Parts: sequence; C-alpha cells; structure tokens
Amino acid sequence: MTAKLPANLAANPQLNRWVSIDAAGLFTIRTGKVELGQGVMTAIAAIAAKELCVDLDRIRMSPADTGISPDEGYTAGSFSIERGGSAMRWACAQVRELFEKRAQQILGDQKLIVQSGIFTGVGHNDGISYWEMAPDIDLNQSSTELPSPEMLGGSIDTGMQRLDLGEKLTGPAFIQDMTLPGMHYGRVMRPGHPMDRLVSFDRVQVAALPGVVAVVFDGGFMGIVAQRDDQAVWAVEAATRTAQWQREAELPYPGDANGWMAAVTPRSTTFLTDDGPEPSPAKRHHAAYSRPFLAHASIGPSCAVASWDGGDLTVWSHSQGVHPLQRTLARALRIDPERARVIHVQGAGCYGHNGADDVALDAALLARAANVPVMCMWSRADELRWSPFGAAMRVELDGAIDDAGNIVAWRHAVWSPPHLARPGFGAGVNLLAARSLANPLEPSPPDDAPRPYGGGDRNAVPIYKLGKRTITHHLLPQGPLRSSALRSLGAHCNVFAIESFMDGLAALAGIDPVAFRLHHLDDPRAIGVIRGAAELSKWDATDRGGEGFGRGIGFSRYKNQGAYYAAVAIVEVTDRIHLRKVYGAVDAGEIIHRDGTLNQIEGGIIQAASWTLKEQVGWTDSGFAVSSWDDYPIMNFSEIPHIETTIIEHAGEPALGVGECATGPLAAAIGNAIAHAMGVRLRDMPLTPERLESTINSL
Amino acid sequence: MEPAKQSDEITWSFNVNGNAVNVKASAELSLLTALRQDLDLKGTRIGCAQGNCGACTVLQDGRPVQSCTTPLYTVNGHDIVTIEGLLNDGLPGKVQQAFLDEQAAQCGYCINGIIMTVTGLIERSPAASRQEIVEALDERHLCRCGAQSRILRAIDRVIGDQTGRQP
Repeated sequence: MTAKLPANLAANPQLNRWVSIDAAGLFTIRTGKVELGQGVMTAIAAIAAKELCVDLDRIRMSPADTGISPDEGYTAGSFSIERGGSAMRWACAQVRELFEKRAQQILGDQKLIVQSGIFTGVGHNDGISYWEMAPDIDLNQSSTELPSPEMLGGSIDTGMQRLDLGEKLTGPAFIQDMTLPGMHYGRVMRPGHPMDRLVSFDRVQVAALPGVVAVVFDGGFMGIVAQRDDQAVWAVEAATRTAQWQREAELPYPGDANGWMAAVTPRSTTFLTDDGPEPSPAKRHHAAYSRPFLAHASIGPSCAVASWDGGDLTVWSHSQGVHPLQRTLARALRIDPERARVIHVQGAGCYGHNGADDVALDAALLARAANVPVMCMWSRADELRWSPFGAAMRVELDGAIDDAGNIVAWRHAVWSPPHLARPGFGAGVNLLAARSLANPLEPSPPDDAPRPYGGGDRNAVPIYKLGKRTITHHLLPQGPLRSSALRSLGAHCNVFAIESFMDGLAALAGIDPVAFRLHHLDDPRAIGVIRGAAELSKWDATDRGGEGFGRGIGFSRYKNQGAYYAAVAIVEVTDRIHLRKVYGAVDAGEIIHRDGTLNQIEGGIIQAASWTLKEQVGWTDSGFAVSSWDDYPIMNFSEIPHIETTIIEHAGEPALGVGECATGPLAAAIGNAIAHAMGVRLRDMPLTPERLESTINSL
Repeated sequence: MEPAKQSDEITWSFNVNGNAVNVKASAELSLLTALRQDLDLKGTRIGCAQGNCGACTVLQDGRPVQSCTTPLYTVNGHDIVTIEGLLNDGLPGKVQQAFLDEQAAQCGYCINGIIMTVTGLIERSPAASRQEIVEALDERHLCRCGAQSRILRAIDRVIGDQTGRQP
C-alpha cells in the first residue's frame, strides 16, 4: 500500500468532506468523482465499506456537489479508482482509526476487531458501533494532521452488484427526469454550419406561440423558455424557419480531415530524442495512419437544470467535473464563483467531454433571462453537431531493424488538433454559448493535455525496447469541428499506428507478431497480458492467414503508467468486415470490482470496434454532415464480437482504471487481423470494406 | 413565413399500465411527451426524438413502438405499457430482474426501451431464437456504452427461465 498522502486528499484534507456517520448507522460517502455509467460509485462504495469495515447497505453515496464534496477535478483519464479511490481509502482508514481509538477508551481493550461496523475486544462479546460513538467524534479534522493509517486494501467485492441500476431500470433516474417547483423548459437554436452566427429571426411571431414565456436573444445566442418541453421545441422549429445566419468563415477541405491536417501549420514539439547516432540498420519501414473526427454520440440528450435565487445560481448537471464547471460558469455569467453551485445528476453514458457543460451554460442563461428554473435539453442534431468531437489524427512512423530482428530506430510523429478543451483548461471560457454572447468570452487558445499523459501524444511512446527513438507531437489549431476529450484521447490512434507498425516490422524480420513483441519487452506485466491474450485465443504462430480469415494482436500500457491490456481479434472478411471474436488479457493491479472491470473492458472493446470499423464525422460546404443516427451509424447487436477477457490480478498493487485501456489495442488487433486475413493492410480508420476493396484494387 | 399551425387540443383517452388516462393535447403530440410530461412516467427515456435509437420504446397493444414518433391520435383507445407497468408490487418484473441479475447495463439509458422490446417479443414468441432477438434489437435499439453482450445474456436468461433452454 502506498504510504504517501494521496493528492486528492491533500487538496481536500478535512475528513468530514469525505465521510459522515450518523447515529442511525448510515455512512454518507462523498466523492468528487461522478457516475458516468462506468460503475465508479459502486467501486468507491466497495472501497469505503472495506476500509471502514461496515456492510455495503449502510453506505450512501452522495453525488458530487460543489457545496459539500471534495474537489477532485474531472472524472477522466481512468484516474477515478487510482486517485479518487486511493484518497477515499486513506480517508476511510483514518476515520476507522479515530473510532477504534475511542472504542479502546470505552471498552478498555487494547486489541479490537471491527466487523459490520461494530468494534469488539478479542474474546469479548460486548462491543460498540460507529453509530453509537458518532455523536461524540468530530470528523472535522485534517487528514494531514493525523498519522498515516494502516490500510486494509482491496474491496468487499465478490459478486457485488451495481448500486445504481435498480433505480434506472424501473423509473426516473437521470437528469432528464428531474423536476423542480415552477420548472420551465428551455431549448436553444443552433446553426447547421459551424461558422454561422444568428443575425435575426421573427421574434414577435415566436414570442406569441403557445406556452412561450421568454425568447432570449443575446448576440448570436438564441433560446426559448416555455411551460412545456414540446412547446419550446415547437418554438425553436418555428424560429428556424425565419432565421437569418451570417457565415463568418468557410470550412476548409470538405469532409477531408487528412487534407485539412496536412494543410494547417502545427506547433511542433520533439519531446523525446534518444542520444547517440542511429545505427545502420538492415531493413527500414515507413507507414502513415489516420483516424477521422469521431462523435461522442451519447444516447441521451445533453441536459441541465438551472435555478437562480437572487444572485445565487444552482445548476444540476451531468458534467464530468462539477468543480471546474462551477468556476467556468461563474466566469461566463460574470458572477462570484461562491454564488454558483453545481450538483451532479447522472446522464446517459459519457465517454469524455460531451455537451453536458455547454448545456449547463445554456440553462443558466435561459433561467436568468426568464427568471424561472429551467431544464434545457439539446436536440439529437445539436448533440451530433455541437458536442465536442474526438480529434482527427495522423501518425507517421519510421522504423528500422537489424539482422537479428531487433528494432534499432523508431521515429513517431503525430498531427492532431486539441484533445482537451474542457472548462477550466487554459485561460479562456470553454463553454459553447460564451463566445456567441453580445458581450462575448472567447474559449482558450488551442492547447493539449500536458505530458506525461498527453493528448494527441498520449501513448505516442511505446514501452517496447526500440533503440534510438524520436517522438514528435504536431499540435494543430482547432479544426472545422471543435475537438476535445474522447475516451483515451490520442491513445486510440497512436496505439493503432504503433501496433500496426509492429506487425509490419515483425513481417520484415520474419518473426511471429507475438514473439516479436515479447522480444522487445522487459516488463513482466506487459509480457503477462500478451501471453494471456495469446493463450486465450490459442494463438498459432504458424497460421499463415488469408482466405478471408485472420487474427491479429494489439497491446499497450495505457498512458504508460495505467492498466496493461492486450487483445487478439478474429475477423472474417466477406463483402463486409466481421469482427467475430476478441480474446483479451488485462492487468489493472488490484481489482476493486471484478464484474465492473469486465463490463468496462467489454464496453471499451465494443465502442472502439465501432469507432475503428464504422465511424467518422464529415462536413460539407454547407456545414455539418450529420443530423441524426441515420448519418452516424454505430455498432449494432448483430455486429458485436464474442468477447473473453482474462484478468491478471495483483493484490496489493495499486488499483488502476480500465475504462480506456482497450481502445488502442483493440483497434490495432482488428487492423492486424484484416491484414492477416487479406494480405493487405488498412491504415486509415474507419477500416471499411470500401477501403479494403480500393486498397486491393490499387495493388 | 408562417409556421405550420399546431392543431387544436383534444382530449385523448387510452390505457397506460392498465389505468384509463385522458390527455388534453394536440393530435401531433408524441406519446413520449404525454407519458413523461403529462403523466409523469419518466422511466420511458427521451433519446433521439427521431425514431432511431429505441430508448423511448413502449408497448402498444403488446407491440413495441417508439413513443417519440408515435402521435397521440394513433394511441387513442389503445393499451400502452411502460417500464413502470412491468413492476410487480413495486419490485422489478422478470425481464427487469434478468437484466439486473446479469448486470446488463453500463449507463442504463438505453435499457428500459430494450426491456420493453424484449417483453413484447417473448410474449409473442416465448422461445424466440437468438437470431430473432438480435434482429428485433438491430431494428430499433442502440447502445453506445457497449453493453450488448450482457444484454443478450440477460435475454438468454429470461428465455432460459421460461423454456428451460440453455443459452
């Protein structure tokens, strides 16, 4: 167990910020991390229950609330268990020790055991519970002034079920289901072209429509507040018919992310160069890879509820970071941050920076103008157009091997617009409506998530032994489509490129791809997952592939410090590309919730398969090219693969997040399997049958 | 340009979860909005509102329909069942329970619609094949979290429980 005070606890040291215990025996656990559908509330509850030695049914998970919860920044980067969980574990262990000390005073026993929340002396029947002592123990104490606790580690998991699903599968549970006294409904009218600004519309006509209580027109921002949601939708549709837009710029390179990426000037940083001359190699290999812009494509519409009480604002939001949103909303609305409060309420599955934050500002603007509480929701078209996109990427790789098949030189260059434009990042105000207001606030200048984790350069440095390495990140400006964080950021395409390239080098060396990878690794955990996936898939090094059937492997250690994951994909190519099976192995250290781990891996596989095989967002001269699910197909039920995952557990090692580790390895495994099946390699995602056909025809 | 005029409000009468209800609204109002806004039955989710994602699926006379693109005039006099109608004495019904037993969800937003489609399917076809199930789900349901394997496992469990069939 780590002996250093976790950073999130150091930043929020008062124990009562994390835990409170009432005389009825309920333990309220407050985490700054939020439930995104990934099951983190259940995992953190399991950690707290284990460390406090209480039963899970006494735990109440409190949603993140800037008024009362610890500030743990964003729920992102697969850090929730690693950082949020470790802080909670430490805090709960300190709470247990405070109670244990008091119990020793009361019971007079030096050696106590605690079980189901009751402290008893060894060999004694009498005991005293947390809840009996709770009124006398003040948890308003700083963690930093207490001794480092002895932590039990692990979780209470075996067969634990998610805490949130019962409610979700039977009735209201999500932010869209909220209601407040006097609540009205808001809808915002947004253009169908990224560079258009609203000039005018028939305001008088819209204001007279049934139920409309306010028509808000501030600069280029326009929204309706009505008594009912259908009335607000209707009024926005009516306004659209008379709207006049001004085109502030044309979109470059219609539909062609690669063309655009090649044409703009990057800010380039070569952040890793090994010393020494490049050895003279036996064989060289060069290749370029890409992915397009990807839509977040959440199933539920972005939604927020805002309520003003005098100058005090409360916002209910499915944001990934209630504290950064609170501060950025205050700037956008030009109020003191102390007067804004943001409370998390669950939305539909969230895989990064979606429209949740933007719609919170929409709701706050509409509620302020109409002077009523407002629920604002986005339309499906706006969801697919105005939520931030996953950034397009282009990767070029050069490598060289010697006669023995050792990689002796490796050059990686990645071009990509920002993967991080969240509220609170940079000096600007990263909320969509802010730039449209009559008194505008500009977003931050383009930048990217800092290394070591990186944005476009996330996982650009493989953990293989590669000889002389040169790694360059070319940060592009914001493109035709606004980009920000999408699950695993640059790791999806960087790992796709690296692992495709590894197969290319293995072929040059005449070595089996699994053996070639193992030959270039020292890390036993990396070796463990590659062997694990290969064994699970019954990898046959002598299989020559072809005939439309193929298998391929992909591996990475997420962010080079997170979970290790390797996948073997089995594909069949007919007139379509079928991903039939995925065999994988994951090493995420200590496992907190076994089924939650498997669920996240499965979801990561299916979502990444969908990105890799099917998805891309284009644009045309007239604007966005997507307005409904018809324009943006995602993987359906008949397309999903059979999935098997081996968990390689290391009790006592830090628990690592698993939400993002599968995306890159899975993409590469598919690409490698297609190459094995067909003898030709696809390097531009999505890997479609049309691209396969044109690649074959161009040979 | 004049916006198209909303038609006048009329009282529509239909059954929801066995109870007779009246909703005064224009003929074009969606069943989804009537359920969520007028009848306060919010277990039916608002998804795309374009008839593509299936999150809002309910049963009309036992058949799954996407309530977001079902205008009220088409349900007048009909029987509607929502996710709330599957509860037994406040406890999850058999399909809901199978999804909980299999932990067949991530965010859970798409699941209630899927449960309604599955409920409709197995009432008509208690031993539906895997292919029939997949076709029914492909026709109308999207899941973005990637819970499809678990969803299919939960459906196998429901069908296994009533037919004794092993998945």
